[in-house]
Amino acid sequence: MEIQEQDVRLDGNAAAGLLQEVFVHEFSGARGACASCGAVGEMGAQHLYMAPLAPGAVLRCAACEGVLMVVVHAGGRFRLGFRGLVWLEMKDTAVTS
Amino acid sequence: MAGTALQRRLTWRVAEVVDLVDETPRVRSLVLSVPGWPGHLAGQHVDVRLTADDGYQTQRSYSIASAPAAGERLTLTVERLDDGEVSPYLAAELRAGDKLELRGPIGGYFVWDITIGGPLLLVAGGSGICPLMAMLRLRQATGSAVPTRLLYSSRSLEDVIYRDELDRLVATGTALDVRLTLTRDQPERWAGYHRRIDTDMLTEVAWAPNERPLIFVCGPTPLVESVAESLVNLGHEPTRIKTERFGPTGG
Repeated sequence: MEIQEQDVRLDGNAAAGLLQEVFVHEFSGARGACASCGAVGEMGAQHLYMAPLAPGAVLRCAACEGVLMVVVHAGGRFRLGFRGLVWLEMKDTAVTS
Repeated sequence: MAGTALQRRLTWRVAEVVDLVDETPRVRSLVLSVPGWPGHLAGQHVDVRLTADDGYQTQRSYSIASAPAAGERLTLTVERLDDGEVSPYLAAELRAGDKLELRGPIGGYFVWDITIGGPLLLVAGGSGICPLMAMLRLRQATGSAVPTRLLYSSRSLEDVIYRDELDRLVATGTALDVRLTLTRDQPERWAGYHRRIDTDMLTEVAWAPNERPLIFVCGPTPLVESVAESLVNLGHEPTRIKTERFGPTGG
């Protein structure tokens, strides 16, 4: 079966659980800057490519489709690549008052 | 903040099924009791993990359909996908008293709270109504009068999830407008829309761009992308359009 690009495109929001395991703090509301085009946005609004049963996912910039980050969770390890993120900023959710 | 949804670490919890509600022939709501549940925001989701007897594990994300509330109850609504790995089990085989593992609440992007205000435009395709229903239920539970419009696309009237409740919300709520479009089958003398959501429909239903509605769109990826593109073309600010696509991982 041929896989259409649109079939595997999700929102960054869909990786929020996986990435919260790594970062502890909530991920989809985190903001970051794209190294390719400079766009700044919330990670939940970026494009996530993740096929069913695949061990990894690619987060791409919603503005230019440049790769922001790659995350693989397999073999008892997380491997994260950040080649397209200049910075990533998340709320310190330990401070709630 | 009571029952804060801001917790430090996601942990898997054991949820017990306390009730099952058939919403449509293909869709069922699971009312779960989750000891230690920290509370959630409207629009957030949970990851559900199933473990087979041989140890094989698989997980899926499901939106929370119930309004934020104190206590341990939450409701997920699951559509049965015939070729799915998880949804046939959740939507057909699961019984009251069964247990499943979940973690959450997850997500801080596709969320709405009364304090965020509006006007609110909600656009749903199929079971994409679920996280939007949490917003509508929250709005109702708090007596909110935030002007809200829902445009909801289904194949047929019998596929409309929460149909009776939506009618009730319109009848008893304030400043809520619900428009249905039935793309495949329509009842006789159906006065509503009967085509896929398009730019003309959005022009009629959406607030004018200068009213700066906050927009949430949830549904299958093609619907979400075509709606978001139309809204941007109509002049809505991209940063006020929040989308949640469900791709093939919903099965």
